[in-house]
Amino acid sequence: MSVRQISRILPGALALALTGCTGSGDSFLQPGGPIAAAQRTELFQIFGWTMIAILPVFVLVPLLLWRYRYRNAKARYTPDWDRSAILEVLMWGVPLVIVVVLSAQLYRTTHALDPVQPLASENPPLRVQVVGLDWKWLFLYPDLGIATVNELAFPVETSVALDLTTDTVMQSFLISALAGQIYAMPGMRTRLHILADAPGSFEGENTQFNGTGFPAQRFAARAMSAADFDAWVAQVRADGQPLTEASYALLAESSTGAQAQARLGAEGMAPGVLHFSTVEGDLFHSILHRYMHGNPVPPSAQPGAVGYAPETAEQTR
Amino acid sequence: MSGSNLHPGLNLGARHGSAHEGAETVVFGFWIFLMSDLVIFGLVFASYLTVANPLGMAGGPGPADAFDLRSIFVQTMILLTSSLTFGFATLALRHEKGRTVIAGWLGVTLLLGLAFLTLELRDFAHMIEVGAVPQRSGFWSAFWGLVPLHGLHVALGCLWIAVMLAQMALLGLVPVVKTRLLRLGLFWHFLDLIWVAIFSIVYLGGLMP
Amino acid sequence: MTDPIFGRLDLSSLSVWRAFQDPSLSELIGAGAAMAVILGALATLALLTWIRLWGPLWRDWLTSVDHKRIGIMYCALALIMLARGVIEGVLMRTQQAFGLHGGFLTPDHFSELFSTHGTIMIFFVAMPFIAGVINYVMPLQIGARDMAFPVMNQISLGLTATGAALVMISLVLGEFSTGGWANYPPYTGADFQPGPGPDYWIWSIVLAGIGTTLSGINFAVTIYKERAPGMHFLRMPIFCWTVICTSIIMIFALPPLTVAALMLAADRYLDFHFFTNDLGGNMMNYVNLFWLFGHPEVYLLVIPAYGVFSEVISTYSGKRIYGYMSMVYATMSIAVLSFCVWLHHFFTMGQSANINAAFGIASMAIAVPTGVKIYNWLATIFRGRVRMTVPMIYATGFFYLFVIGGLTGVMLANPVISYQVHNTLFLVAHFHNVIIPGVLFGLLAGYHYWFPKAFGFRLHEGWGRAAALLWIVGFSFTFLPLYWLGLQGMPRRSASFGDPSFQPMLWLALFGGMLILAALGSLMLQLWVSIRNRVQLAVPLGDPWNGRSLEWSIPSPPPAYNFALLPQVLDRDDFAEAKASGRAYAEPAVYEDIEMPDNTAIGMIVCVCSTLMGLALVFWIWWLAVLSLGVMVVSLIGRTFRTDLSHVIPAAQIAAEHRAWLARVRAAPAVDRLAETHDRNRGRAMPERPFAAGAAE
Repeated sequence: MSVRQISRILPGALALALTGCTGSGDSFLQPGGPIAAAQRTELFQIFGWTMIAILPVFVLVPLLLWRYRYRNAKARYTPDWDRSAILEVLMWGVPLVIVVVLSAQLYRTTHALDPVQPLASENPPLRVQVVGLDWKWLFLYPDLGIATVNELAFPVETSVALDLTTDTVMQSFLISALAGQIYAMPGMRTRLHILADAPGSFEGENTQFNGTGFPAQRFAARAMSAADFDAWVAQVRADGQPLTEASYALLAESSTGAQAQARLGAEGMAPGVLHFSTVEGDLFHSILHRYMHGNPVPPSAQPGAVGYAPETAEQTR
Repeated sequence: MSGSNLHPGLNLGARHGSAHEGAETVVFGFWIFLMSDLVIFGLVFASYLTVANPLGMAGGPGPADAFDLRSIFVQTMILLTSSLTFGFATLALRHEKGRTVIAGWLGVTLLLGLAFLTLELRDFAHMIEVGAVPQRSGFWSAFWGLVPLHGLHVALGCLWIAVMLAQMALLGLVPVVKTRLLRLGLFWHFLDLIWVAIFSIVYLGGLMP
Repeated sequence: MTDPIFGRLDLSSLSVWRAFQDPSLSELIGAGAAMAVILGALATLALLTWIRLWGPLWRDWLTSVDHKRIGIMYCALALIMLARGVIEGVLMRTQQAFGLHGGFLTPDHFSELFSTHGTIMIFFVAMPFIAGVINYVMPLQIGARDMAFPVMNQISLGLTATGAALVMISLVLGEFSTGGWANYPPYTGADFQPGPGPDYWIWSIVLAGIGTTLSGINFAVTIYKERAPGMHFLRMPIFCWTVICTSIIMIFALPPLTVAALMLAADRYLDFHFFTNDLGGNMMNYVNLFWLFGHPEVYLLVIPAYGVFSEVISTYSGKRIYGYMSMVYATMSIAVLSFCVWLHHFFTMGQSANINAAFGIASMAIAVPTGVKIYNWLATIFRGRVRMTVPMIYATGFFYLFVIGGLTGVMLANPVISYQVHNTLFLVAHFHNVIIPGVLFGLLAGYHYWFPKAFGFRLHEGWGRAAALLWIVGFSFTFLPLYWLGLQGMPRRSASFGDPSFQPMLWLALFGGMLILAALGSLMLQLWVSIRNRVQLAVPLGDPWNGRSLEWSIPSPPPAYNFALLPQVLDRDDFAEAKASGRAYAEPAVYEDIEMPDNTAIGMIVCVCSTLMGLALVFWIWWLAVLSLGVMVVSLIGRTFRTDLSHVIPAAQIAAEHRAWLARVRAAPAVDRLAETHDRNRGRAMPERPFAAGAAE
């Protein structure tokens, strides 16, 4: 890379950094809901408080180094001075006060923003069950009987209650613009609540590395008006295929959304997205309990494992 | 370091000369090693406790199906007695009763240690028979991670006793041999202590209704 | 299924063979690295044979139990591994810079890179570098002749080298884990990664970890039992206090790692169910155990670096360290608190808000003693006479960058923020921001500071400044943009990405990576130039920086026995006070014989056997594993039957050497601090100002 190239890239990059001009709706710095907004506020507040302790360092380092440089004969030199009661109190006291203030804040916000709590809303809550697969997300709508891959649609100003697990290795579910992330682990259920203030499309992703398709494990979280949501549900019922035990076994193979589309013959959909008009049985709980019922899960029955073979897995299930 | 701050319980009496100086450093170092080893046991205990529940047992056999408390009690008695006999060996060392007496008590300790291991292996064989194997469940994995780890320590202790018997015969009671016997004593009593915890937490705790 | 002789090792294990079969760019890079390892090893062997260095290498280094030589070998190992780690880092930055929808590396290759990069940088750069500096400096600072257990020290080095060797061999045979440096199951379990990768990780970590635990015991016992007469705890240099804290962490925090890794091994080899998905396994137990090690680990690394900065800032400011007791309390509090915060690595596990709040507050509390230390260093500069030498440049960079790392640390300690930026590049930026300016800059400052003590000549100042500035600027360009990308939600460990707006920042980071590569090159050039100019740079009299602690009161390099007569310590900063009051460089009335331990090959035996054992376990070559373990155990026990393991250096020889050195010191002109970095500096320092007798207190 030549110097000229660098000099061409640098100013542009700095400008980008300062204006924060990136894809909108992908980050909690451009929040789409109350949780992300509160998290952004928290970030700025911590920044402000810690500056009380940090700015003196930034200012003092050059001042002290210049003032007490070796050649400066005018500066005082006290080689044996090594304690001062006032300084001690300040040095311990100021950081302590800041940490106490931030701790009180931390205690309050950690409880207020606890992801297991439903969010305040006038509309009835929506339940969605999330299953992490290698390298895509499966969303089950238990009350609507539909399911999707890599597309999480929900009405605005509605508290969406997400129950999460995986049918493979551990993953971490994040829609940055709406709420923080939560782990999804096999045989365990975690919970997260999200709410969007206005219609929009927000990027969701897995942040816990889980193999070669990891960077592709992204989805769109789409907040829409109640009417649009109803239309969307109708559309899923119309263009989706049934999610049966057999098609789930194919879906659960290690594949990106695009590969899964090809596997299940759903190439017509949006990139990486699949729709399922019906769901056979209580899929979420059968996935969850598969690992808890004391039966061994051999690699042939373990999605994501080397040697996963759904055909033989049918018998062991 | 001066002689004023020697640990009376650890160091050999005043007549042992240069063994004192050596003991100061190596015995202290060995205590620290034991602390580190204790952390290992503590963590394995903690892991065991997190899976000592129906979820961890995953529908497999539980403690009541596999533990034989009578055999465990006998093992406990044997191990506690071996600590006593090692204590006699330490006293004999301290009061300079001669190589034969020390070796005699060490020999008894070694036999007790081997008896303990034999009984423990017999118990393990029984557990394998009833399907209480580590491949069965997280609970049995943790059990087989914990109790045989102690057994491995006892086996190493037995090997160490054998080595010390050989060294006493070949080298005599030179200072390094004395300080090694001191450390071996610490190790042996430490294993006893761990066993008391295993007996109480794993066996008694596991069989409590 | 596996061969009784070769286990699961076969032709396809050779990465060169794989590249031959599939000559893609990604495989070729892997094969190139393998060839570099093989050719590098062959070239080294050939060179050693050519210049007939095998004898000296064996006699003076590999079998040495001298803490100084062991320390130097640790540092050499760390610097070699640093080169590999930096190259891997730059390769990853390059991949991501070109990673919009692709890049040139396969995802598997990329994930191997981030796994080896993390493992190497933590376990085989930072840890050996720290162990090396502690080994070299601490016994000299407390006035000891050697470590409490010199042979165990050699074995620790052997085990650390084993771990590093296994990671290097994984380039040639098989592949390394793709599970990151933390190697979380179930992804690293036998179901998901049946190959040898995670096994390489397990055995290199377990063997090196045992070595580190032994080192911790050794350091602690040395400080507790081997201090010179009069060296009370509260007269020790701050560096030695940080060593106590670090050794406590080594003793208590390495066991969780050993336990976690061995449990993972039991899962992988024996079908146990500690961390599997099914049959009652629980991966979160692994995560807890790993971070119960992992968090104290970062303090294990950074605390000695604090110690180095304390020494460096005090010396180059010509002043006592400000707030000695505050420093001691702060260091101790950090060490204790470091055990109480591990859960902040997984706030997002789904536990209750109360638990998160407790661990969040505990994590933030560490900022208090850390802040105190920073202010103490500033107060040490206050009213001093500061020379901006290379270590002080590192210290300045440290002040600026480390507080940024501290700021983002306070952010990450807050569960509310962690929910957002956990597992993103923000986190990557944060821990590089504390480890590079904190640990690495500290160690490089220490490297410049103590190099003349170890080798008798200074490092070239100009190249040192270039390297320091390149590190500081390069770090800033590489990692500050990653904060931004993390806030934008770019996950760590992504081989590629889909958002074009990330690209400018990734290019900036790549530019920084190039600067870091240049910094590494400057360090190497500096070493080369310094060795070539060693006559002009020589400081054999031992005190080039007007030092304050005992290590500067002896020749450079020091004799094997360190001190002709064990010093009688009267004060904190004893050598500074001795120079001021005129009792420095006094000739003892009587010299005594010194008993020193003999050289031994046991460390090499352990190193070779444990490397073979590790390899055998990785490739299921059971006979070799049993055989090498057997040889190791028999050699260790066999050694205990020998009693003639030390030799005596006669008093006459010591007296002659010491008197000759004293005569040269007295004859040499003392130089002032303006001549510190000039050729006139031969290691005799002029006192900074006249002292009235007894003015020290």
